[in-house]
Amino acid sequence: MGVRRVAVLLASLLATLLVSSLVIFVLLEVLPGDPAEVMLGISATPETIAALRAELGLHQSPWQRYWQWLGGMLVGDFGISYSYRIPVATLIYERMLVTIPLAVYALLLTLVLAIPLALMAANRVGGVYDRMFMAVSQFGIALPNFWFAILLIAVFAVERNWFPAGGFAGWEAGITQAILALTLPAVSLAIPQATILFRITRASLLEVASQDYIRLARAKGLSKQAALIKHGFRNAMIPIVTIMGLQCAFLVAGAIIIENVFALPGLGRLVVQAIGQRDLIVIEAVILLLVGLVVSISFIVDMLYMVIDPRQKERGV
Amino acid sequence: MLPPTLMFFRMSRHLVGLSVLVVAPALVWLVWLVLAVPAHASPEDNSVVVGMQLEPPHLDPTSGAAGAIDQVLYANVYEGLTRFAEDGSIRPALAKAWEVSRGGTRYTFHLHDQVRFHDGTAVTAEVVAFSLNRARSDTSTNPQKDLLRGIKSIATPDASRVVIDLFDADGLFLFKLAWGDMVIIPPHNVDGLTHTAIGTGPFRVERWVRGDRIMLVRNAEYWRGDVALDGVAFRFIADPSAAVAAVRAGEIDFFPAFPSPENLRLLVADRRFRLVNGSTEGETILAINNQRPPLDDLRVRRAIAGAINREVIIDGAMFGYGIPIGSHFAPHHPDYIDLTDSTPFDPDAAKGELAEAGLATGFSVTLKLPPPPYARRGGEIIERQLAGIGIDVRLVPLEWAEWLEEVFRNKDYDLTIVSHTEPFDIGIYARPDYYFQYDNAGFQALFAELDKASDDDARTQLTHQAQRMIAQDQVNVFLFQLANAGVAHKDLLGVWDNMPTQAIDLTDAYWRE
Repeated sequence: MGVRRVAVLLASLLATLLVSSLVIFVLLEVLPGDPAEVMLGISATPETIAALRAELGLHQSPWQRYWQWLGGMLVGDFGISYSYRIPVATLIYERMLVTIPLAVYALLLTLVLAIPLALMAANRVGGVYDRMFMAVSQFGIALPNFWFAILLIAVFAVERNWFPAGGFAGWEAGITQAILALTLPAVSLAIPQATILFRITRASLLEVASQDYIRLARAKGLSKQAALIKHGFRNAMIPIVTIMGLQCAFLVAGAIIIENVFALPGLGRLVVQAIGQRDLIVIEAVILLLVGLVVSISFIVDMLYMVIDPRQKERGV
Repeated sequence: MLPPTLMFFRMSRHLVGLSVLVVAPALVWLVWLVLAVPAHASPEDNSVVVGMQLEPPHLDPTSGAAGAIDQVLYANVYEGLTRFAEDGSIRPALAKAWEVSRGGTRYTFHLHDQVRFHDGTAVTAEVVAFSLNRARSDTSTNPQKDLLRGIKSIATPDASRVVIDLFDADGLFLFKLAWGDMVIIPPHNVDGLTHTAIGTGPFRVERWVRGDRIMLVRNAEYWRGDVALDGVAFRFIADPSAAVAAVRAGEIDFFPAFPSPENLRLLVADRRFRLVNGSTEGETILAINNQRPPLDDLRVRRAIAGAINREVIIDGAMFGYGIPIGSHFAPHHPDYIDLTDSTPFDPDAAKGELAEAGLATGFSVTLKLPPPPYARRGGEIIERQLAGIGIDVRLVPLEWAEWLEEVFRNKDYDLTIVSHTEPFDIGIYARPDYYFQYDNAGFQALFAELDKASDDDARTQLTHQAQRMIAQDQVNVFLFQLANAGVAHKDLLGVWDNMPTQAIDLTDAYWRE
């Protein structure tokens, strides 16, 4: 039954999060380095460092801190960042306002590029468009996005001054400014992903077009177009949705690198800085959030399978 | 039955319609972008954009050692009783004058009248006493708290006078009060210091887009009078190639301590920019664990020093920016003496010293490297140079947090490379538990004497002696003084090329007409 399957998926989502929280916490405990030392530098006396450790609550045992962290999160309190001295939730919220729009922007560009081009290419296999797009996509797959980003900056920011070379003045500075600042990063994230999605979509469309049930549908008397739209496209969607789910995770991970290249204040840079400063409570929260995000995306993808392919509902678990 | 490809061809009318649905918004987006383009043009206003590699974690200069906090806030937003000038000398700031008692143990500071914090409250003697007492209290987390341990008491006979009694005379007391950690803060903002900066300086903090920039605007009520700039934006760009792109795109006017010295020639080839090549307080050293055999042997330490060619390291690691040093002392300081010849580059003599120490066949050491390029690149060069006299070096790259724990706290290392950026910090050689573990009672007595001396000539003599003593004992290998190498717009005047403390003071900066 569908409901049962949803419940099982949800439970496994929560279990994954709980196990991840423990793994993240233990790994960071093992990592050498003390936040108080990093904050006070090399001329502070041991007494000052001890005073700061007490102020940050680092004198407590790891288990005490783990339970506090877990308990806090259940009531929506992620704690106070050691180095920034503001609530972790505020810190993460500010950064999500950059990373999430960037990932969504990149995902939209990916779709807008990949789907129509795949339709054009699949329309006539071996045709001019098909061969041209396939050749270009070969490059796209080989393209490292951070290198492509540097190239985009060199051309469109340094030479042409059309876009800012980096930075993000915040949404308060105006939506136009913000979108301009996110455009080059989104393009450099989207191009490699679009080429992958293009190839998958094209292959998927071609495979569906040669299936028996399309022929059967024709024999039933459906017109050619109706057969493909009604029975074909839906089936072609399954691999496409799978790949898009994976790509969402890749986009978030890729955003971490791209944010550094474009000096964007997103989650990626937050976590890189926090690791350097041993701001453990921030690292824990961000990583758990990313785990949650990836797990939720695969949950959504699973849900979409059931919508697209009713057989999934019957399958149980 | 039609072949599948042809079926697709037939249905293509449908698909074209579908594509149009997707392509149309894409076209709208492209047109919008083209129209929006002029929005990005650098405004010709009277403000400055300063680039920095690291962002301050918070805005409290009294509770964090992060250099970036002081770089943004020192002199620009917060001021102390005294302050550093660009040449490293000490000038009056909130104290317009002071008297020192004959024995050197009592300082009477006279405050400027009419100094107000950005929120309008007055800076009185009580406020000054509060700030200093807070910094030296038992529960203080001020990283430089140790500088104030000589204070016996602080009295405020009236609203404009602060009288500080010391246990002993202290020739460096005015210097200590000039540090960014000793700035005067309003007592009513103690709990808000980390996120609200209320100072007395020429600029106040207008907005902080965390992760990206801090914007300052001119404080119209500044006590010292007019300031040329309307505002300053500090932008934080960690990645060197992103920094290069931002400068070349004209988005940054001034980038001191540029993250990648190798790119500076490219940047100053652009006629808009000039090279900034000033001094810093960063003595960059190959630190030696003085307690760990065989490095506890002076001959071995001298051999290591003799095998090292400083010029090659400066060229290779810093692309030529940096001045060789022969002791732990800054070349621009008036009391500096050049001791680079006391350990000349001489591999043959170095081999001789090793043989004398009974290590003619060489030995193995680890060299632990923190992240800055001077350490990572310098380490590779030093590995080669020491191989020349038979010392086998294993490089161990570390993150800062790891370095602080393994090397600095646990002293678990043989050699490391680090830059000591505090001004006049030769006193660390009088701390036997400091990470290089130099324990010489003679030096400790000498430094105690220097600490108390307030006569200028005596101080100079003692300072010379101190430099010579650590050079003779070859406590560490003294490599070079870190340069403040960066870029500035040619029309931006009045900015500091030198960094006598962690400060990017823009009080006197202005644009050429």
